[in-house]
Amino acid sequence: MYYSNFNRELTLKEKFLSIRFSYIFCIVLLMIVGILMLYSAAGGSMTPWAKNQLLRCIIAFGLMFVFAFVDVKVYLKYSYLAYFAVLVLLIAVEAFGHVGMGAQRWIDLKILKLQPSELMKISMVLFLAKYFHSSTLGEIRSIRGLIAPVLMTLFPAALIVLEPDLGTALMLLLTSMVIFFCVGVEIWKFLLLGGVSLAAMPVAWHFLHDYQKNRVLTFLNPERDPLGSGYHIIQSKIALGSGGVLGKGFLHGTQSHLNFLPEKHTDFIFTMLSEEFGFFGGMLVILLNLMIVWYGFMFAYRITSYYGKLVVIGLNTNYLLYVLINIAMVLGLVPVVGVPLPLISYGGTVMLSVMVSFGIILSMDINRHVNLGRQSVHED
Amino acid sequence: MNRDNDKGKILLYRTLYVAGFSMIALVCLMVRLYDLQILEGEKYKTLSDENRISTRILVPPRGKIYDRNDVLLATNQQNFQALIIAEQTPDVAKTVDSVAKLIDLNDIQKQKILSDVAHNRPFMPVKLKDNLSFEDMALLQLNAPDLPGVVIDEGINRVYPLGHYTAHFLGYVGAVSDQDVLSDPLLSVPGFKVGKYGLEKVFESRLRGKSGSLKLEVNAFGRVMKEIDRQNGIEGQMVHLTIDSRLQKIAQDAFGDQSGAAVALDVHSGEILAFVSVPSFDPNLFTTGVPVNIWQDLLSNERKPLNNKVVSEHYSPGSTFKIVVALAALEAGVIDKNTRFHCSGVMTFGNHKFHCWKHSGPGWLNVVEALKHSCDIFFYETALKVGIEKIAEMAHILGFEDDYHLGFANMQKGVIPTKAWKEQRFKSKWQQGETVIAGIGQGYVLVTPLQLAVSLARVINGGYEVVPTFEKLSLKQKSKIVKLPISAENLEIVKQGLYEVVNGEGGTARRAAFNIDGARMGGKTGTTQVRRITLHERKTGIVRDEDLDWRLRNHALFVGYAPHDKPKYAVAVVVEHGSSGSGVAAPIASKILRAAIELGI
Repeated sequence: MYYSNFNRELTLKEKFLSIRFSYIFCIVLLMIVGILMLYSAAGGSMTPWAKNQLLRCIIAFGLMFVFAFVDVKVYLKYSYLAYFAVLVLLIAVEAFGHVGMGAQRWIDLKILKLQPSELMKISMVLFLAKYFHSSTLGEIRSIRGLIAPVLMTLFPAALIVLEPDLGTALMLLLTSMVIFFCVGVEIWKFLLLGGVSLAAMPVAWHFLHDYQKNRVLTFLNPERDPLGSGYHIIQSKIALGSGGVLGKGFLHGTQSHLNFLPEKHTDFIFTMLSEEFGFFGGMLVILLNLMIVWYGFMFAYRITSYYGKLVVIGLNTNYLLYVLINIAMVLGLVPVVGVPLPLISYGGTVMLSVMVSFGIILSMDINRHVNLGRQSVHED
Repeated sequence: MNRDNDKGKILLYRTLYVAGFSMIALVCLMVRLYDLQILEGEKYKTLSDENRISTRILVPPRGKIYDRNDVLLATNQQNFQALIIAEQTPDVAKTVDSVAKLIDLNDIQKQKILSDVAHNRPFMPVKLKDNLSFEDMALLQLNAPDLPGVVIDEGINRVYPLGHYTAHFLGYVGAVSDQDVLSDPLLSVPGFKVGKYGLEKVFESRLRGKSGSLKLEVNAFGRVMKEIDRQNGIEGQMVHLTIDSRLQKIAQDAFGDQSGAAVALDVHSGEILAFVSVPSFDPNLFTTGVPVNIWQDLLSNERKPLNNKVVSEHYSPGSTFKIVVALAALEAGVIDKNTRFHCSGVMTFGNHKFHCWKHSGPGWLNVVEALKHSCDIFFYETALKVGIEKIAEMAHILGFEDDYHLGFANMQKGVIPTKAWKEQRFKSKWQQGETVIAGIGQGYVLVTPLQLAVSLARVINGGYEVVPTFEKLSLKQKSKIVKLPISAENLEIVKQGLYEVVNGEGGTARRAAFNIDGARMGGKTGTTQVRRITLHERKTGIVRDEDLDWRLRNHALFVGYAPHDKPKYAVAVVVEHGSSGSGVAAPIASKILRAAIELGI
């Protein structure tokens, strides 16, 4: 066999050749769609968004390969360190974070506004993957074995809620829960958690900010305040629905270009796309995303190492959640939570974090034959 | 290692669940997309169009009104108005205050604006002020950045070139009030005016036209991006009246500073040639807003300039009613052209003494002579002979107690008393003495100047039932005018009497006579007492009517026609408190008829 020695570090050429290029093709297609939509959102202009986005895509694309060529053992080795480093950043946000959109989310690094909550999504997956990689099934199924990962999940999630960024915290928790589920935590524990959460909801409601309460109430009944918080959902549905089968044509979306559609270059970009390209445009984007997620699960299946599988499942789930929450939100299925559509929406942080995720997924897939024993962690 | 195998298997199965669930979730999004875009696409397309398309109403120009010679009587003129759109200004009251500092707005106007804003939807423009001067417009435009939501709009003003000459029949237009039916979308356009009075109101449906619409694409902030569609409305129909503005002016000017009413008709068609009610007012004031002091004056003036005296005021016809009494008696056969009564200046009936206005008494008179001298005693006797019922019957035939469906507001029908009428009105029996005074057009009898003109026209056109009209009759309509049940012979006798009044030796209107190439006038004078001169007044030297206060003096009336040989025009003139029918009313009628002949209408 070609890979006679599974634990040998592959050459760069071998790594490059083992990349699944149709996966990257889907990613690039979505990026192109994104740039086109940003061009349209600006009324047929490269500025202010499309040009920046193009630049970001190129940088992020390069970054993806950088992360893809990092050896799986390096990820394994630094998984805990990365987690704690990001946790420190997250705490720092509380202290020095910039106030923007009513939420404290960024650390200003002059060239880039660092959003540690986005990084946490990745490092959390790495952390949990490594933790469960080195646990036995017995440990996973014991209460004692769960205390550490549960705390390590809840603590950053709580920090992010405090920022306050409910959407990201929710995604973080959901991703973690999927990992907990996949590693084999018993179903009754999830049911118990569900029961407890439901009971705690009235208390949690009390701690929500007014604008968050409004978002939930508005979601439940958008017509409650058609000119206020319900406006976004109503206008989004009108824009989407009026696109019909073939759409109103590129650059001809009336809802978007006449400014009825809010945030058309960020959270509501899928709406604009569906208005201009109709059902076919919307379906194309959902299908491309479906393929990306499908490939992710396929990678997870064929990867040898438990760690690698778990990392891919976690990161893939995280990406899927972006797509699901954003599209469900603009379709009026879930409350407006301020989650962008990855690869398409305008914005640097999410673009970078998603492309880094893809890089890590690719790295896991490139090293799919590498067998990392359960004990290997402790060998270092 | 076994345990690790289990761990791996569990991971595989659980991951399959997650993958399956993920795919299902994504398919759900597709289903929802299908639902919104394909199943409900049409609904959302409509909503999207409602968002982006703003429809504005295009106001059609109001129909113009012309006289019979195509002289403009009512037309439209551009004017500029300032409007405020509530939703485009953060604080309406503050903005209105700012506007008030620039252009003159008093507190009442400000209150009205704020209440209009409160009663309208926030995107409906509300009028701040119209007929802006160029200075006002410049001030508003200069300060536009500080006046959010204030826009200047082009509007249309109704203009009446002949002003007070046409006020009483044309009427005027005014703002839409709550009483107007709000079925037409035009009525909700700010500053839109509807006919409020006179023919403007009568012909409203024809003059208004149909609204057009302008479809504009607007963005979320209401800014107009482009025009999508324009449906021009239909201009209001123009209306040609039978009024002759030249005659109208002459007739109105003939009154000088007297007050009263005059109406001139074409005797064969009933077409109204002149329609005068004086004093009048300038209807243009009503479109630009009547200044308070002028409005107060119009309301309080004892000569009632706002009252349309041709149709809305009724008077005792006095001696002009003798035409009706004479015809009724001739038709009933109680007298003929040779029947004579002796006029001694006084007649005793019951306990009453009825005086003739000529206290000397002209002696034995037939009906033609009685008309010429306007002898009261003759008509007392005649009225008694023919009875009140026959008189009323003839009055109705000649068109009294009728409003001819002219459509004016506040039209008076007048009163033609009968026994039944008195029974119903006063719950008391008719007295013979009441028939006596009805014989000279006093007592209960009340008529409008228009009815006087119509009745005369019917007498001298050979007994045809003409109805007054402001619009030319078609030949077909003319052929439908029916003959009244009065014999031509009797009509000729009365007409002879009317000729004598003006042209005969000792006729009461002798001074008003004219002869234009053989065209002469006939007619009948009337002077009706508003109040008797009291004994006390006689003692203090007031013996003549002219010495009394204006409002106590007699009304002066005259009905006339010309040319006598081939009658064409009939005219009725009432001069309020003019003292003397022959001295004041007859000369005005004479002027009007002369002018009509000379103008060759």
